[in-house]
Amino acid sequence: MSDTVLTDESVAQESAAASEPDRPAMEVDIACVGFGPAMGGFLTTLTQEWTAHPDDLAFASKVAPGMPLQVLCYERADDLAAGVSGIVTSARGIRSSLPDLNPAEIPMAAPVAEERVLYLLDPIGASRRSFALRAGDALLHGLGGLLGVKDSAYELPWTPAFLHKHGGLLLSMGQFNQWVGAQVMATGLVQIWPGTPVSGPIFSGNSDEKCGSVKGIRLADQGVDKTGAPADGFMAGMDVLAPLTVVGDGPVGAVGNALNQRLGMPSGHAQSEWALGMKMVIELPEDSPLKVGTVWHTFGFPEPEIFGFLYVHPDRLVSVGIFVPSWMGDPSRTAYRYLQHYIQHPALWQFLKDGTLRSWGAKSLQESGKNGEPFLTGDGFARIGEGSGSTNMLTNSGVDEAWTTGVQLADAVVELLRAEKPFTQENLAASYETRRRASAMEREAEQAKDARNGFHGGLVRGMIGMALAGLTGGKLALGGKIPSAQEQIDRFSPHSVAGVDAAEAERLVQASALGERPLHDALLTARGWPEIELDGRLLVTQQDALLMGGKVQAMAGFSDHVVFRNPEICKTCGERTCIAMCSGQAITQGADSTIHFEREKCVHCGACLWNCAHTADGERGNLEFRAGSGGLHSAEN
Amino acid sequence: MANALQIVVCAGIVPDPLQTLEPVTGPNGPGLKNEMVLPAVLDPWAACALYEAAQLVAKNPGSKLWLVSLGPKAKLQQVMMTVGQKSAFELVPIDGPIGGFPDAASTAAALAEAIAALPGLDRERLLLFGGWESATRGAGVTLQLVGERLGITEQFQGVDQITLGEDGSFEVLERVEGGKHQVSVCTATPAVLGWATGNLAEPRNNPQTGMANMRGIMPALAKAKHVDLAANGLSYVSVNLPKQQRETRVEKNMTADEIASELVAWITAE
Repeated sequence: MSDTVLTDESVAQESAAASEPDRPAMEVDIACVGFGPAMGGFLTTLTQEWTAHPDDLAFASKVAPGMPLQVLCYERADDLAAGVSGIVTSARGIRSSLPDLNPAEIPMAAPVAEERVLYLLDPIGASRRSFALRAGDALLHGLGGLLGVKDSAYELPWTPAFLHKHGGLLLSMGQFNQWVGAQVMATGLVQIWPGTPVSGPIFSGNSDEKCGSVKGIRLADQGVDKTGAPADGFMAGMDVLAPLTVVGDGPVGAVGNALNQRLGMPSGHAQSEWALGMKMVIELPEDSPLKVGTVWHTFGFPEPEIFGFLYVHPDRLVSVGIFVPSWMGDPSRTAYRYLQHYIQHPALWQFLKDGTLRSWGAKSLQESGKNGEPFLTGDGFARIGEGSGSTNMLTNSGVDEAWTTGVQLADAVVELLRAEKPFTQENLAASYETRRRASAMEREAEQAKDARNGFHGGLVRGMIGMALAGLTGGKLALGGKIPSAQEQIDRFSPHSVAGVDAAEAERLVQASALGERPLHDALLTARGWPEIELDGRLLVTQQDALLMGGKVQAMAGFSDHVVFRNPEICKTCGERTCIAMCSGQAITQGADSTIHFEREKCVHCGACLWNCAHTADGERGNLEFRAGSGGLHSAEN
Repeated sequence: MANALQIVVCAGIVPDPLQTLEPVTGPNGPGLKNEMVLPAVLDPWAACALYEAAQLVAKNPGSKLWLVSLGPKAKLQQVMMTVGQKSAFELVPIDGPIGGFPDAASTAAALAEAIAALPGLDRERLLLFGGWESATRGAGVTLQLVGERLGITEQFQGVDQITLGEDGSFEVLERVEGGKHQVSVCTATPAVLGWATGNLAEPRNNPQTGMANMRGIMPALAKAKHVDLAANGLSYVSVNLPKQQRETRVEKNMTADEIASELVAWITAE
């Protein structure tokens, strides 16, 4: 019986198996992949129980007799503080784990003080609004004085309870991760290794088996060229063998994706709905009136599909960002430019215009929630966090839910260790899945699972659907079959570009093909979006944002982690959404219509994974997102 | 084993220069805002010294490498999770204050005391390595003071290369004005070498090296001695970050020659 490592490019891996290099291996008790809030919850709970019972034989190593439990966590980012997200969270699970948590100990953390929901009108007149939305806008304009419309924004007089985060926290993901990591590491019981991408799980058995136990993980090879072939200083990635692998590498992680590919999804489940969250951290001027703990949720601008947020942290810092969802069919999903238009909306700009860009970042969000839940357990592995479908799409909440899944798994693992039961699928399901199913988080996830179906019929229908689900506790919701992420992208034709005549669209296509302005950017201008007046301080080019805000770097010696399966398909692609959505402009078009990837610019947001409209094999998109090194290095994201 | 070396590298930790660094003055003097929660890295020049030392040790069987580092224990542990993957060494942690503002003499005294107490160290064979500059503060005197306290009079700064002879002698290339190196030859150890950049690339993260190091690093951190560094009358009148160098300006109509001319004029004026 042979063992196989399965990455997304399993065929290539297997064909290379004949020349497999000598590969070091190591045995541990628990191998963990990815350090985010879910893994924070897992390791915090595990170490708390361990610290409380240091002599408990359950915490003795099985693979290294005489040693304590060997728990190792591998994180791709070069520092634990490199996580990306401005967070507003109820923090119920986090506070339950850390009852003495003092937000003042965590930079940029603050209690939620004030929540507002704003509908943003379009003061430019360039957004693609439906007739119904335009009629509504006209009504608001007409009755503006009576309804309190101000600065092209209408504040909803009432916010449904399911959106409230009263008693919750504002956090910076980077700072929170670093703080949790420091607490966990200070126990001396577990090791968290940053800068260590994991290429995939190691399965027992043959790769054509749908099931098969996971016996560990394989770290990424180093000293390779961009294709992964050994080069100067080649160092084969180590095999880390473990009775239990905890998978918390997020929605675009290589291990989670390989598990999905190998095992498929449970019946009726699919990870079809996505969004790219992109944000800036801005330092406000000294006389800013915005109060710490202020939370704004916005919708309606820059496009009806794009939601936004503004969170006010201590020390005059705000997180401001947008979500560009997969259900926005338009292939010109140019998130960075939309973000620049967003912050210049009058309702926000009056507070931000004298600010300074401190940080910038982006990440993909798995927005299928419960409907995107994969197989949570198998022989030798368990999944936690966003990649396990924990995000609640009604309450727009993911961090606390992810944390809670980690806590549930840790409780289950301790139970199994004490009972001296092996980490089989049966035992993990009975302990971890049972806890998860019985939790309040699961009940809320059930209520939320169809809350967003309506958005595939437009903003108005989507808001009605959310209200229905939210106000009835999920008893009522709009139905609808959600197409795959690839199918959600509208096919591009110069003759069908809203707001641009066919001749002009064709001219822009030709210009783009010659290496001039990227098509998605040119189309926005043609639709009436004004050019961004760069000021070098807050409004900067996307490349400057990489350096000024994201501090993007990549270690040498790793292979490209974005791979185009069939480059010929890319040459004929009209949508090129991967270019439009690339947060770091790492994916670009060459003069010969080929698509290029520069890993040194990649922020690992993973948007390209769900922004390919074409397929090479009839199932997956033509683009593969593997394990890679580098990315953002800002601790303020 | 004529070249069985004993190398001690003194290397502090500094805030990751990629982060936004904001000077503040607190009750204990100058520092950086939220410095304890800023990601930290090994001081870059000292890191070059460590990589050079690791290569020398690897090439000379029977050699030994210690890394002596003073900083808050929790921050040292975080930094070691990365540094520990790059080279094999024995960590000698000293739990002390963060930042580069404590008095250099007090810092040197703590480092020298820790080095002098190293079990098995033969001071006659000692090569004391460190950085000739620091990303935290450029006073550049701590390493020399450590050497003085250990009675080492052969000291070199701005070192880019050391070449060992068969007889225990060694040749050192020190940076001097004009982009040249001064060549010095010592007949024997001990010596102090404050490294510039050296010639080695940053080693790759090797999980096996990391795991092997951790077996020593974790217990060493648990037992790290705490020191309070005396100010010795030191006070700071003012503290500033280096002037911001990056400026963004959009120019659409200038030729490449015009841009080059402006850059030359700007550099000349600086």
